[in-house]
Amino acid sequence: MAKTLYDKIWDAHAVASSDGDTILYIDLHLIHEVTTPQAFAGLRTSHRPVRRPDRTLAVADHNTPTEGQALGVAGVKDDEARLQLQTLERNAKDNGIEFFPMGDIRNGIVHVIGPEQGRTQPGMTIVCGDSHTSTHGAFGALAMGIGTSEVEHVLATQSLRQKKAKNMRALIEGTPVPGVGAKDYALAVIATIGTAGGTGYAIEYAGDAVRALSMEGRMTLCNLTIEAGAKAGMVAPDQTTFDYLMGRPATPKAGAWDMALASWKSYFTDEGAHFDHEVTIDASQLIPQVTWGTSPEDVVAINGVVPDPETFHDEAKRAQVERALDYMGLKPGQRIDEARIDRVFIGSCTNSRIEDLRAAADVARGRKVASHVKAMVVPGSGLVKAQAEEEGLDVIFKDAGFDWREPGCSMCLGMNPDRLAPGERCASTSNRNFEGRQGRGGRTHLMSPVMAVAAAIAGRIADVRDL
Amino acid sequence: MTPFTRLDARAAPLLEANIDTDQIIPKQFLKTVEREGLGCGLFFEWRFDEQGHEKPEFVLNKPEYKNAGILIAGENFGCGSSREHAPWALIDFGISCVIGSSFADIFTGNCANNGLLLVRLPEAQVQALQSEAKGGNHIFTVDLEQQTVTAPSGASYRFEIDPNLKNKLLKGLDAIGETLQHEGDITTFEERRKLIQPWVAA
Ligand code: SF4
Repeated sequence: MAKTLYDKIWDAHAVASSDGDTILYIDLHLIHEVTTPQAFAGLRTSHRPVRRPDRTLAVADHNTPTEGQALGVAGVKDDEARLQLQTLERNAKDNGIEFFPMGDIRNGIVHVIGPEQGRTQPGMTIVCGDSHTSTHGAFGALAMGIGTSEVEHVLATQSLRQKKAKNMRALIEGTPVPGVGAKDYALAVIATIGTAGGTGYAIEYAGDAVRALSMEGRMTLCNLTIEAGAKAGMVAPDQTTFDYLMGRPATPKAGAWDMALASWKSYFTDEGAHFDHEVTIDASQLIPQVTWGTSPEDVVAINGVVPDPETFHDEAKRAQVERALDYMGLKPGQRIDEARIDRVFIGSCTNSRIEDLRAAADVARGRKVASHVKAMVVPGSGLVKAQAEEEGLDVIFKDAGFDWREPGCSMCLGMNPDRLAPGERCASTSNRNFEGRQGRGGRTHLMSPVMAVAAAIAGRIADVRDL
Repeated sequence: MTPFTRLDARAAPLLEANIDTDQIIPKQFLKTVEREGLGCGLFFEWRFDEQGHEKPEFVLNKPEYKNAGILIAGENFGCGSSREHAPWALIDFGISCVIGSSFADIFTGNCANNGLLLVRLPEAQVQALQSEAKGGNHIFTVDLEQQTVTAPSGASYRFEIDPNLKNKLLKGLDAIGETLQHEGDITTFEERRKLIQPWVAA
């Protein structure tokens, strides 16, 4: 029977069925400080060991400050954050799990590290106590965010109890205009199916526009899958994938590489495989996308206007739009490119990889951040930072007036010192514009790195194509 | 895990759609290394103003809903972040059942692992329950064995639930213990994969 990519990975990892669940073997378990302390505590209470420490990798990212990392954990000022970071370090050490501490050049945001180290590979099952684990699906892996009880379950059993999801395919076809890319595709998909549209599905991205994307672009696309409600997003591996993986620290070498490659090439959707749902996006018709509201589905094209609640017939929807506009400090029907911004954040597991920084630096080169705007660039890992510095991108950013920081989640979620003040409006390359996400009362507009730079320079939300 | 059998409690209506886990428990409460005590952070930004005073207009601050054990939610409740702190906070606050027309995937799994019952009902029934909840100090009954929700008026609605999940909730079963009964299968699987995928086994 013709199978989808998702079906194939699922079947290859099904260990047994138990009470209506499938026990799915997990190849790679990524862990970080925020969602694991209670899991390790649970293991201790029940005297259960970590089954496969060798399949587990720990990083410190959510809580880490983005300056002064050389001081180490002891230099983290927030007591609770420091304790959480120390707890992770101790748990990793006690259980023989490899750990990249804060300040280690290999450390950074968990979803940047897995691929960068070559730990993330096609055909794998990958989990992490973080919803943006969907990112790793870019390599043709089945990658899902899980909760802390499940983290404990995976630590103890190297497996996860799951029910199979349905298959959805998002076809993205056509050649985009310059200035449009993976982030715009992702926002367009979310706007099309809604934040709950993917609930119960695994989404495979296909089509020539997806094939044309770099690995970084595919990661951006898969990263945002959870914002459409689907736990997993994926792209079948191809030469782009293999080229990216070759020579990375954890990828197979020599003869093992050929063996792995042969296996990886079998991970694609068979001709005629069944999808329960299909959507198509015409990339050639897209112009840069930004969000106006407090849900990632609140998307508008850069030449568009903020919606008017009066135009919604559904009462609940109208109330929701009114509330979002009020929170965002926007007027019904106003042009989105008239929204003046205070802050710019380039970073997060969505857009902090070297290619994102190169694209952003290209726009920033020789220009200046508007005088009223505070803008920052936060590389996704120590290695991304080093690479960017080698290419001189840091100088371009600094010359333009951007703050160049050390790696971490930073202002994506405001758990560390980087956050918005109440009422501040931010052009952000992250993934969530929820109320308070980047700081209490903060107003987030999601967009691509090039659009965030355009906003920094114009001092308002702006079309990068006009620069 | 505490078994869930039957609950007689007040129900608080919170009907906005797409309430995300960042709203249920904001990030400043995620720095804890404990599971307990998160109730104080539940819906923090909605419950408290900047000075830390309760906002009287928020539903869970109203006297008639203060001890609510049930939440009646809008669609796609629990979307966003995977933080299990969301069900922990709800449970710690005293809410052990959420009724709604749809829930986000990761949140659903997290609730199942903590004995928090999610009751899925058609939108019209959720609305009917919500209007009864707006009445005041009325007790709703959720009976998992019978799979029914009974409103103060006596109106009763049957809900569907996966039989295995039902069993797990009723008995308060530990998922890890269940899976470890298949430890032999897991070991066999690992051995086999070592042969066919030696590069992953390393
Ligand atoms: S960058 Fe943001 S979304 Fe990504 S892992 Fe960190 S906090 Fe989560």
